[in-house]
Amino acid sequence: MHVRADQRFPIQIELNGRQREGLAEPRMQLCDFLRHELGTTGVHVGCEHGVCGACTVLVDGVASRSCLMLAVQAHERRIDTVESLSRDNIMNDLQQAFSRHHALQCGFCTAGILMSCVEFLERVPSPDETQVRDMLSGHLCRCTGYTGMVRAVLEVAQQRQETLVENNNDV
Amino acid sequence: MKPAVFDYVRAANKREALQQLTEHGEQARIIAGGQSLMAVLNMRLAQPKVLIDINQASDLHYLKVENNCLKVGAAVRQVELLDRTSLVDEVPLLAQAMPWIGHFQTRNRGTVCGSVAHADPSAEIPLCLVTLGGTVVLESLKGKRREVPAAEFFQGVLTTEKRPDEMVVEVQFPLREADVIYRFHEVAMRHGDFALVALAACIRQGEVDLGVGGVADRPTLRRLPLGAELKDSLNTLAWSLGAQDDVHASAPYRRQLVRELGQQLIEDNDHARAS
Amino acid sequence: MYMQKSIAEATVGHIGSRQARVEDAALLQGQGRYADDMATPPGTLQAAVVRSPHAHARIRSVDASRALTMKGVHGVLTGDDVKRWSNPFPVGVRAPMEHWPLAVDKVRYVGEPVCVVIADDRYLAEDALDAVQVEYEPLTPIIDPEAATLNDAPILHEGVGSNVVNERNFRYGDPERAFAEAPHRITLKVQYPRNSCTPIECYVVLAQYLPASETYDVMANFQGPYALHSVMCRALNVPANRLRLRTPPDSGGSFGIKQGVFPYVVLMGLASRKVGAPVKWVEDRLEHLQASSSATNRVCEIEAAVEANGRVTALRYDQIDDCGAYLRAPEPATFYRMHGNLSGAYTIRNLAVRNRVVLTNKMPTGLNRGFGGGQVYFALERLMQHVAAELGLDPLEVIQRNLVPAGVFPYRAAAGALLDSGDYPAAVELARRKGNLDELLQRRDQARAEGRLYGIGYAAVVEPSISNMGYITVAMTPEERQKAGPKNGAVSTATVSVDPLGSVTAHVSSTPQGQGHQTVVAQIISELLGVKLESISVNVELDTGKDAWSIASGNYSSRFSGAVAGSVYNATLKIRERMATIAADMWQVSSTDVRFADGKIFVENGPSQPFHRVAGTTHWSPGLLPEGETGGLRETAFWTPPQLEAPNDQDCINSSLCYGFILDFCGVEIDRVTGQVRIDKYVTTHDAGRILNPMLVEGQILGAYSQALGVALMEEFAYGEDGSFLSGTLADYLIPTAPEVVDPVILHMETPSPFTPLGAKGVGEGNNMSTPVCIANAVADALGRSDIKLPLTPSRVRSMIGIDEPAAPEGLVMDAPKVAGGSALQANDLVEIPAPPQQVFDAILDPETLKAIIPGCHALELESENHYRADVTVGVGMIRARFAARVALTDLDPPHSLRLSGSGNSPMGSATGSAKINLVALENGNTRLEYAYEAAVTGKVAAVGGRMLQSASRVIIGQIFTRLAQRLSGKPIDTSLWQRLRALLGMGGTK
Repeated sequence: MHVRADQRFPIQIELNGRQREGLAEPRMQLCDFLRHELGTTGVHVGCEHGVCGACTVLVDGVASRSCLMLAVQAHERRIDTVESLSRDNIMNDLQQAFSRHHALQCGFCTAGILMSCVEFLERVPSPDETQVRDMLSGHLCRCTGYTGMVRAVLEVAQQRQETLVENNNDV
Repeated sequence: MKPAVFDYVRAANKREALQQLTEHGEQARIIAGGQSLMAVLNMRLAQPKVLIDINQASDLHYLKVENNCLKVGAAVRQVELLDRTSLVDEVPLLAQAMPWIGHFQTRNRGTVCGSVAHADPSAEIPLCLVTLGGTVVLESLKGKRREVPAAEFFQGVLTTEKRPDEMVVEVQFPLREADVIYRFHEVAMRHGDFALVALAACIRQGEVDLGVGGVADRPTLRRLPLGAELKDSLNTLAWSLGAQDDVHASAPYRRQLVRELGQQLIEDNDHARAS
Repeated sequence: MYMQKSIAEATVGHIGSRQARVEDAALLQGQGRYADDMATPPGTLQAAVVRSPHAHARIRSVDASRALTMKGVHGVLTGDDVKRWSNPFPVGVRAPMEHWPLAVDKVRYVGEPVCVVIADDRYLAEDALDAVQVEYEPLTPIIDPEAATLNDAPILHEGVGSNVVNERNFRYGDPERAFAEAPHRITLKVQYPRNSCTPIECYVVLAQYLPASETYDVMANFQGPYALHSVMCRALNVPANRLRLRTPPDSGGSFGIKQGVFPYVVLMGLASRKVGAPVKWVEDRLEHLQASSSATNRVCEIEAAVEANGRVTALRYDQIDDCGAYLRAPEPATFYRMHGNLSGAYTIRNLAVRNRVVLTNKMPTGLNRGFGGGQVYFALERLMQHVAAELGLDPLEVIQRNLVPAGVFPYRAAAGALLDSGDYPAAVELARRKGNLDELLQRRDQARAEGRLYGIGYAAVVEPSISNMGYITVAMTPEERQKAGPKNGAVSTATVSVDPLGSVTAHVSSTPQGQGHQTVVAQIISELLGVKLESISVNVELDTGKDAWSIASGNYSSRFSGAVAGSVYNATLKIRERMATIAADMWQVSSTDVRFADGKIFVENGPSQPFHRVAGTTHWSPGLLPEGETGGLRETAFWTPPQLEAPNDQDCINSSLCYGFILDFCGVEIDRVTGQVRIDKYVTTHDAGRILNPMLVEGQILGAYSQALGVALMEEFAYGEDGSFLSGTLADYLIPTAPEVVDPVILHMETPSPFTPLGAKGVGEGNNMSTPVCIANAVADALGRSDIKLPLTPSRVRSMIGIDEPAAPEGLVMDAPKVAGGSALQANDLVEIPAPPQQVFDAILDPETLKAIIPGCHALELESENHYRADVTVGVGMIRARFAARVALTDLDPPHSLRLSGSGNSPMGSATGSAKINLVALENGNTRLEYAYEAAVTGKVAAVGGRMLQSASRVIIGQIFTRLAQRLSGKPIDTSLWQRLRALLGMGGTK
């Protein structure tokens, strides 16, 4: 696969469970492609050098900075953004916990943080506070001081574990 | 903050990547995890004509123990090392250093070889590689495969022994040696930041191989005697690194941490172990 | 006044309840509508800004012709256009200086806009940036604010003739006498650094010039104060109704910083005019860090007259505020926002104040959360700690001895603040008791007994809110004020309407950035009108073309809960009274008997109608309305507090309406080796009057606190002495992340303000004021030092502990140390060259050789003898820049020595360097070439690459002489050979 610098390449991705296509030159950042070509403006851009974490999305299920990826690199890959989290306008447990614990204020960094949390809780289902803070260290939030996020993630982890135990007991 | 134009080539395998490098030489850059390169491209500090993406090159994606080494192919991500439960037995120094590297999200995508090729003087993986006496494997299409000792590979800030038509295809970490104690510690401004001073030690009978990152213009290894002479030799080491001031720390501070943290790390003071 | 139930009693959804936010659902699902998400008109173009790499330089010429030929480029706005179509921004003091949205004659800070390139998209616009040729004549920059006041300092604005653009002296009470009578005079000099609360969303402007009506229609994530709308109109030379300024529904944080977008509103308006199309500009992070806005750095010498028991009878402030390259409105407000309460929480009646505003070659300053407070309290509360240390008293006792006592409120402070309410001693007692101070003191004792470095710090602060729009005029003399006319007040507005179907919509012009204004507005309306909170729609977009607004509108000075929420309350009351009157008329009862609850309007044990029916009557059946009722249901309340009077002739000013109280204390432990400061415990006690939503109050405190941790421990906009900006990325400008934040213990008490409709005061900024100094005081206590400088980085703290360096080993010659904090690079090194000195000397003077040895030299063209123009690509690793350079050989002393100098500009910045070369004949016939160089780099590469510059310059300069050696020997030099040689001589190298 060779895409010339001035070529607008038809990029195919599975975005939030739907097959999507859009055009991008090789140099287009993935975050720009997701926002301006495909309209998932829940992806936010805060620094374009991989520090703030606002643009974090899941690439094949793995939390990654979409400012440090090119749109062409996402060709034929699966991308999930914050728009994927709720079903029928009902927020998932993590989103609800964020609201309950006032884990967001301006909400700009939140989309990326939620996506990190999604992958993190899959990989570390029963984290302690240190692990949660370590995971959050890849994000900058200026509004909240992170306290609400830490509480929300720990609470969701615990709830999910309890649900798991209950389900097992049912079986 | 958008990159300048470039062609994009997705290499299906190592050979394709090397072909592109041969063709474009200095005008080309390999992109693997992109966690340093993309930031540099976005800032236009580098403006290659061709970007060669090796993320799909499956023959560069291997992690294996062979010839008493842990061999890491160019497409292996940092998170894969972190998740490797046997790493603590295979390369304990690296296992200790991994959590210090960047963040969850950057380790997810950043590669081991990419960190080596970038040659940031504060980076942890190059420091471990140098301290353990590891090897960087370079390949080009025409030339032969070169296995360069890590200590010779790093030539200065962002500067390496790699020629324009070569790529880092593999790095090799020597496996744990019996009777060697491995320790790693660093001081950074924040969790996951570039090290102000990073120290890696292989402590043997009567001597220690001490690697220092973040102070000189490249990771630097010295063999020091244990015991009474250690303090003086740490001082000599500290002064010889050409420590510099920057906005985050002074040169005397860096030298002092080499002396004091170095001693703590080597002599197993609680402080260094608490990390 | 509104009489509120205690928090525990508050009904869910009503005022005082822990109501979850109505904002969250959209924000958590990626449905926020931030500035960059808003629809753009068809044909919208994108802008990128050419910025100065120099801190101080004259612009010789600007040539955009090549850029204009580039793909997708529609136009380039230059200083000439700006001069033709606009005026300089009005300035808040009487001094002849011009600030234009683009530099027109000189550039005065790194990052200052010089041109705007407008293209089809941002990628193409950035492509063209490098093609705009700007020729600069570099001038000496001035960075240090104290040095800038001196007579021989380089001058930024020649028209002013001095860098001190405003000086005012104030005297309240009888400070001379108090100082003369005091047994102790205790002095401290402190510096407050530059930093910024740095929102994660950068600036966004979408501007459209409409020629037919000569109107600028602009959407921007501006945050007020809307007094700046007038400033923008003056600059654009239009009446206020020809600058329609709109804000989007959501904003990605501001903390004051987005006030600084206003020059770009003007700039992009002009850019749109230039190309005849809508123009959008999305600021990137590099632009934001170097050229948006910053807190004002201050140098303050503060002195107290103190009695033996720690009672302070007078204060003398001698302060310099460094507002950067231009005095941008509303500066010098950093001084005057806090002026009325310069005596803090204390009954200090005698004050002598000298305030000087100085300009230096840095980015202009502006609002930043805690505006002015961080600076004042860093001086005042450091002094109180220092007084205690000097007199051997307990710091908390010194605080308590000076506090405004209970029962004297409203209390008029010396400089004019009317402290509205509070019980400061009770708050201290609450903090001591519930914060377990005794236990913390024991912990300190124990830590110290174990030889650890542990300290406790305190800070007592009054937190002003709801600024008096007249405070800024204190920068003028009473005579000047008289001429200009008195300014005062703080008009807030709110509109509440009920539509024909009975649903309620509110509009406030408070331009929130995440503080939950919509939730609190809905809580108030829900309680007063008895309608469901979820059914209320709150619109916080502000459109100056349609909405109720005034100069005080916007989101700053923590004005929401006191002023804006109060206006919502007033507007809702008007609606309620009208509806009650309609219902009372219908039922023939007294309107005072009409109740609103559960979606109904009713009389206790009497008639009842659904809320929407009564509302509908005003729209559908106005004929049924009682006499005097106009129909329709929309009320706008304007509110301004009478306590906010203009400054008087004695310069007394009630600079804010409300004053909350904060008492913080904390315990820190310092690592003796690494110098890292660990916060062991932090307790913050607040009295912010009535609490409207405890969850949001807690959120504000946590947010302010964590920003303040950054100020205390890591954040600083660093400048080199050459004016280069060194904090250009978020890897250089360090913001606390989750592991660095230690959750504080938060305590509350509520003393309602008598001056606001709901009894609420602001709470959002207090910890930005109290926490930096509280931590500094703890570190001072731990180290027993008074010279505490922020940020308390590990390196700085360790050097205060003391670095007792053993000497360098014999024979190890060290590089000359670099100037701390600067980008000046210096080093020395040597090479051995297999040729005699004369041959080496001649080779360097030979243009062919010179071209060959300069790394990446594409062309070398003789200008005059030994002076060349060169086209050079240099860099390290993957990072390369192409420089248009000048190279000169001077100080020729054949065959012993000469000087090689170079300077150049590139899109990545500019560089200058000079190497003194000595040639020493060796016995083997070879030459030892010794060189010592100095170099300076400014612009982007200094801003983003500071960490590596020293090493990089060594590599690049070293290459010159390696290549020379290679060329003269005719073969590759065995580099390992001279690395050994260098090691032997202990020079430079690292092996």
